[in-house]
Amino acid sequence: MKALQRKLLRELMRLKGQMLAVAAVVACGISVFVSMSSVKYSLEASRQRYYNRFRFADVFVQVKRAPEFYREAVSRIPGVASVTTRITADVTLDVPGLDEPASARLVSIPDYRMPVLNDLFLKKGRYIEPGKPEEVIASKPFLEANHLAPGDRISAVINGRKRNLLIVGMGLSPEYIYEVQPGSFFPDKRRFGVFWMGRRSLESALDMSGAFNDLSLTLAHGASEKDVIMRLDNLFKRYGSLGAYGRSEHLSDRFIVDEIKQVGIQITFLPVVFLAVAVFLLNIVLRRIVATQRDQIAVLKAIGYSNEDVGLHYLGFALIPTAFGAVVGTLLGAWLGRGLMNIYAEFYNFAELVYFFRFEDVALSVLLSFAAAIFGALGAVRSAVQLPPAEAMRPDSPVLYKPGIFDRESLRKKIPVSLRIIVRNLERRPWKAALSVLMISLSVAILIAGRYTYDSLDRMVQVEFNEKHREDVTLIFNNPMPPSVRFTIASLDGVVEHEYYREEPVKMSFGHRVRRQSIKGMESAEGLQRLVDQSNRQISLPSEGVLLTSTLATLLGVKPGDTLQVDFLQGRQRHRELLVSGTIDEILGLSAYMNLGSLNRLAGDGGALNAAYLRLDQTKAAKLYTTFKGMPGVSGIMMLKAMKQSFDELIAQSMNTSTLILTTFACILAFAVVYNGARISLSERARELTSLRVLGMTKGEISFILLGEQALLTMAAIPVGFLIGITLSALLAHALSSELYRLPLVFSAFNFLFAFVVIVLVSLVSAVLVRRRLTSLDLVEVLKTRE
Amino acid sequence: MPDNPLDRGQHIEVLTITDLSKFYMMGEVRVDALKHISLEFHAGELAVLLGASGSGKSTLLNIIGGLDLPSSGKLFFHGREITAATEAELTAYRRRSIGFVFQFYNLISSLSALENVQLVTEIADNPMNAEEALRLVGLGDRLNHFPAQLSGGEQQRVAIARAVAKRPELLLCDEPTGALDFQTGKLVLDVLEKVNRELGTTTLVITHNASIAGMADRVVRLRSGELSEDRRNLTRLSPSELVW
Repeated sequence: MKALQRKLLRELMRLKGQMLAVAAVVACGISVFVSMSSVKYSLEASRQRYYNRFRFADVFVQVKRAPEFYREAVSRIPGVASVTTRITADVTLDVPGLDEPASARLVSIPDYRMPVLNDLFLKKGRYIEPGKPEEVIASKPFLEANHLAPGDRISAVINGRKRNLLIVGMGLSPEYIYEVQPGSFFPDKRRFGVFWMGRRSLESALDMSGAFNDLSLTLAHGASEKDVIMRLDNLFKRYGSLGAYGRSEHLSDRFIVDEIKQVGIQITFLPVVFLAVAVFLLNIVLRRIVATQRDQIAVLKAIGYSNEDVGLHYLGFALIPTAFGAVVGTLLGAWLGRGLMNIYAEFYNFAELVYFFRFEDVALSVLLSFAAAIFGALGAVRSAVQLPPAEAMRPDSPVLYKPGIFDRESLRKKIPVSLRIIVRNLERRPWKAALSVLMISLSVAILIAGRYTYDSLDRMVQVEFNEKHREDVTLIFNNPMPPSVRFTIASLDGVVEHEYYREEPVKMSFGHRVRRQSIKGMESAEGLQRLVDQSNRQISLPSEGVLLTSTLATLLGVKPGDTLQVDFLQGRQRHRELLVSGTIDEILGLSAYMNLGSLNRLAGDGGALNAAYLRLDQTKAAKLYTTFKGMPGVSGIMMLKAMKQSFDELIAQSMNTSTLILTTFACILAFAVVYNGARISLSERARELTSLRVLGMTKGEISFILLGEQALLTMAAIPVGFLIGITLSALLAHALSSELYRLPLVFSAFNFLFAFVVIVLVSLVSAVLVRRRLTSLDLVEVLKTRE
Repeated sequence: MPDNPLDRGQHIEVLTITDLSKFYMMGEVRVDALKHISLEFHAGELAVLLGASGSGKSTLLNIIGGLDLPSSGKLFFHGREITAATEAELTAYRRRSIGFVFQFYNLISSLSALENVQLVTEIADNPMNAEEALRLVGLGDRLNHFPAQLSGGEQQRVAIARAVAKRPELLLCDEPTGALDFQTGKLVLDVLEKVNRELGTTTLVITHNASIAGMADRVVRLRSGELSEDRRNLTRLSPSELVW
């Protein structure tokens, strides 16, 4: 090894604390980038592979009942590549070992195995056998959550008749990567599953022979989805079509696409912060190294080392810790990425969720971090290169101090000397002080933003599960019920309160903008279901007109007072005009609310009801559950408490992981900035502080001068960090929000307290480390050597 | 006596300085560090540049060593104009032809004695063995000591070893004994004298200590940036004979 390289390595070792801090920041940035990029790519690739392999359809349409020969008609539509028709039905289940009722979606599959669209991936067991109508294949998450396996039996109420089903296989389908009950947002694996059943047996169970109620198709290359959808809508209008839609409106696909998009946002946001801090740290550390080595630079040049040699030598101080950080970050990123994929595997049911660790991501992140290192080192390296050797032989000229704002006669007497030294140091280099404050505040901001999603989800749970919904159970009817259903429900022993709503699928248009949407007709907004916005404010239901969620209003380009064109898709299929009477800023989904009475008048068809909200007498709940399990006319049952529980388990778990990672990274960031700041001050001030010791100051007094400055910077950074954190959270909330949900912008006091405590603790630790060095300064040695 | 470097050197001009001036600004004050200096040095000469602090001797040395540029005037090294050299040529000039010894040794504290010398031998064209250079200055047994483990005199001798290891044509010493006590200083001068005698290196020693002048072939005195004396010693004293 060359002598110059040896010098570099030894000095890096001497500065290892500071260099490790820099490396740690780089490692954090790289690990986030590498893990998130690889997760993003893996999700995209797994999705694409799954869709290709199991022929996920491009366009979907649900109808009430259409003759099978329409399959031929659809396949003749220009641009349609292949068509599959199916029969689907929502049913209630009695799951062994589960007191509460559960729901299932039945999907027909060919009696003999053959390739179809939205095909099954048989994970375990076997395919159904023809002529055995009780055989079904059930979805993997449902079976696993209920500890069921092929060979087990389960009973279901299909078309009013109780059927005993035999599970013969465990399957997955690209249609249900995100498996949720229709009408719900969050997976509840125990209480909802997908069951695949032979076409013939479903036909007979539902009286659907020679007919279908679900059609999906793939498009030929270059075909227009819009044209095909228009033709399908014309074709199936009279068969009760709810409107055909493409993949982008397919719930499962939309969740995954949104997820991938969100990962993409994190790829850009976090690593940028970390690299910015790394640039800053390298800048201050290298400037200090070059400043303390002026004479050495002069010697190297006097000896005959060229400017390039000297420049590269000092660049090494930036590149080596960066390279070290890059290696650690890449390994950590690979590990984190794998861990994240395991969490995703809990949410999303891929046939195979493959983790691709890509060389490109590593190369790109390493390239970026080296660019950052060079950028950070540039100023210092340039000054080393440009330092004229003759000048470098002379010590740095003493810094010019001017009287600052605290030096006014009136103030001077009140402020002790040590505090004056602190203030003057900060005043002398206001930009450096401001940058230090900014960097510390960035770590505060990351802490705030990291916990913000926590608070946001907390609000989501509070609004959705406590404020908005106060029912215990929702019964979804498989066919619209007449108003007399109230009496049937009221007669059930243990039903304390009951409330009904009507849901009408419509096509809403305003100008050229069209949306498929359902209008929910509510009896009241003060009973079991209320209208609550994301700020937890209760909104009243207008007696006339429609109340749209803000996101839906934006999508349609309407504001209160505008008139929508509405086409009802079922029943009499009326065309009506509808006044937008208000908007509500809700957290989940897109909704349109109307007073039940005015919806009934608008749609006609008397007073059809689609579902009931029930509040139960808890002492009689168990008995009622049994009743629900066998109740004809009910296609789905949702339990609010169970939904909340599964939401908590699933979301909270992944939330905890990501909050933990962010908190750890923010601590590393804060420590790196505070510790390096203090170390550099120590190096700059060692002579001065030791002189003060020689003059009779105590160790405590000089520690106060040095650490007081850092404390002041940290204290200034905390409120700034709060502000940046709030801004960052608002940006995140905006970027992460989609049609599916919005993250409410809420902050708990605990969030700020937590960030405050973390930063103070981190600062204390670095203060202790630096103070140890400070108190071990050799008085004689420091004064003897030339600065 | 054809072997006497003194006689040999008198015929070959190594360094020629013509009408050299240097001023710089200290705030708003113009400081004339050197005023119209003309001088030449010959191969094998051991010259002492005397002057009080502020006389301009360090400035002159820096310019000779290619560390600084004059405000006006020219400097030739073997007939080549150094004052017109590019940055890269200056680096090459220092790398090949010049050896520096500083008042405060300026060793790299993170490198051992041997490594400090290797710093030079690694980039020189025809260097001595680094160990050999250290033995030449009497530090053959201190090779792996770090600067902090060496006395001032030892550190200065490492610096001399570092300077001579590349076999420079010109050895420039800026107050080499300035930070040393009398005994140690003489030891260092001994080494310089030995290098000059054994290797024939043209040596310029800057000092404010007039007593050192006795060991030189030639004594040049600067006062307030001007040349005030340029004389030749008839006999060179050995450093051990010097008294101050």
